[in-house]
Amino acid sequence: MKLTLYATPEITAKPLIAEVILETGALLNIDRADVKPKGGEVVIDVPLDRYDEVTKAFEKRGARIIRLEMPVIKDDDECINCGACISVCPTGVISFKDDWSIEMDVSKCVQCGTCVTMCPHNALTLSE
Amino acid sequence: MGEKTIQDINARIADGSVHVVTAEEMPNIVAELGPEGAAREVDIVTTGTFGAMCSSGAWLNFGHSDPPIKMQKVWLNDVEAYTGLAAVDAYIGATQMSETRGMEYGGAHVIEDLVSGKSVDIHATSYGTDCYPRKVLDTTVTIDDINQAVMMNPRNAYQKYNVATNCSDRTLYTYMGTLLSNNGNATYSGAGVLSPMFNDPTYQTIGVGTRIFLCGAQGYITGEGTQHDPSDNFGTLMVQGDLKKMNKKYVRGATFEKYGNSLYLGIGIPIPILNADIAKATAITDADITTNVLDYGVARRSRPVLRQVTYEELKSGMIDINGNEVTTSPMSSFHEARGIALELKESIQKGLFYPTLPVERLPNKGVFKPMKQIKEQPTVADVMASRVTTIRQGLTVENAAKVIMEGNFNHLPVVSDKDKLVGIITAWDVAKAVAQNKRDKLDDIMTRTVITADLTELIETAARKLEQHNISALPVINNKNMVVGIITSDDISKLMTRR
Repeated sequence: MKLTLYATPEITAKPLIAEVILETGALLNIDRADVKPKGGEVVIDVPLDRYDEVTKAFEKRGARIIRLEMPVIKDDDECINCGACISVCPTGVISFKDDWSIEMDVSKCVQCGTCVTMCPHNALTLSE
Repeated sequence: MGEKTIQDINARIADGSVHVVTAEEMPNIVAELGPEGAAREVDIVTTGTFGAMCSSGAWLNFGHSDPPIKMQKVWLNDVEAYTGLAAVDAYIGATQMSETRGMEYGGAHVIEDLVSGKSVDIHATSYGTDCYPRKVLDTTVTIDDINQAVMMNPRNAYQKYNVATNCSDRTLYTYMGTLLSNNGNATYSGAGVLSPMFNDPTYQTIGVGTRIFLCGAQGYITGEGTQHDPSDNFGTLMVQGDLKKMNKKYVRGATFEKYGNSLYLGIGIPIPILNADIAKATAITDADITTNVLDYGVARRSRPVLRQVTYEELKSGMIDINGNEVTTSPMSSFHEARGIALELKESIQKGLFYPTLPVERLPNKGVFKPMKQIKEQPTVADVMASRVTTIRQGLTVENAAKVIMEGNFNHLPVVSDKDKLVGIITAWDVAKAVAQNKRDKLDDIMTRTVITADLTELIETAARKLEQHNISALPVINNKNMVVGIITSDDISKLMTRR
């Protein structure tokens, strides 16, 4: 299960993730992290059974958490099933089905966006 | 054995007894019945390919305005079309980019929009003549409003194509898609087992006048494609078909990130099985088709061949390059190629499509020549300074300042005690370090990721590197990572003025 953590500039400097790991003991894996002027944005992989606990621990510290349900969206009318996206994905989200159409395991997506720019026919978008 | 004629086959289509299979089904049939048996059993093998075919476009005739205009220049949704003939004929090329939106929208998208029935804005200009007085024209049309709309593609349906990977240390943006650094991926194109030309490699039935499935319409092969290179199994086709009858599913405008536009289109070619030889050729499989893996990190006409692979290996999703497992991506769609072969098969079975034999054969010998260039292309070795001052790693900023002062230059490569390049310092770095009072270790202020050139690199490539990285010099290194020279933007400017 992946979640996106949004931290305001005031709390970005704090060791939020380290604190939450120590408090919950959950094995968190940081998939992607960006720090921008408006604050920090981190994609974290959380064991499914610890999701509620981890979310509460972050929210207690003032961070906003959004569950990444559908991190990347494929428009089936625009997808031409070429597979250009497959080899640039760092986490192996995309593969061919037996009939050579495209299949996505979105639970692995870290929203890096590489597939979105690789797609020749604008079939992919990242969700907010 | 008795050979079949095209008339026999077409009579079977007419009476509904024709036996059509796709090129994917044929290998098993030939394995089971042998070529002779397969030739008796099967009448037609359908092939298909769906991929980015850059050398494509369409002729449009807009009809005459009142007062009439001799279009000297014309734009369709801000994409310029070629008008160097008559008054209201224009050729919209797939890779021409929009003048306002850049590569986000190109000629390929205009063609897709036309086929989809969307309105397209036309803007034309002219100098005005007695017979064509109008100087400016603006209107909006759909494909139904114009006279002819004929897709005419100089080079389509490559028999096979090279595989692209990137051995360099930066990401490349190419017509083969994004190529990640250090062989991070490999991209390929072509339908393999369904490839039209590989199922008839001696071009017995594929030739001038052969009727084909072109984007859902019935089109024709008009000749060998440009760059047709049969001796290397890189045959190509020139094709034509009525854009008005095409299916938008098979005409898709594309943008390759930071490269430009292309047009994905679908072609299917029926191969009438006239004899055992033709049947045998259609038994080709992905494992029988070999192609080269090229390093696109080398921006030269001849790119290094890293290895050979079969389409079977490519389609497995992973190939070995220099001992590493590299993920592969097709740029063409096998799913759509299969759909085309099946759609063509059904059209023939329903008596809607009758194959033809060529009125003229395509050349099956000959190669694709390189361009004749009359100006010598200077290399880095011709222009660089070979006496280059370097400084040892571990010395201080003060030391570097002194060397730069004495030598009166701006760039100072930093080398290890084994003379390997480890960094670079510029006069600006030194000035900045002094201002910040960091006068000790050179290592703290040097740039460690050094953009370099090699001796045989063309000046054009070196100049592009300077521009891309916004820098003004490249240390030139040999294959042992030792500095053998330096080339600066000044050197290149001097070369340009000397020309």
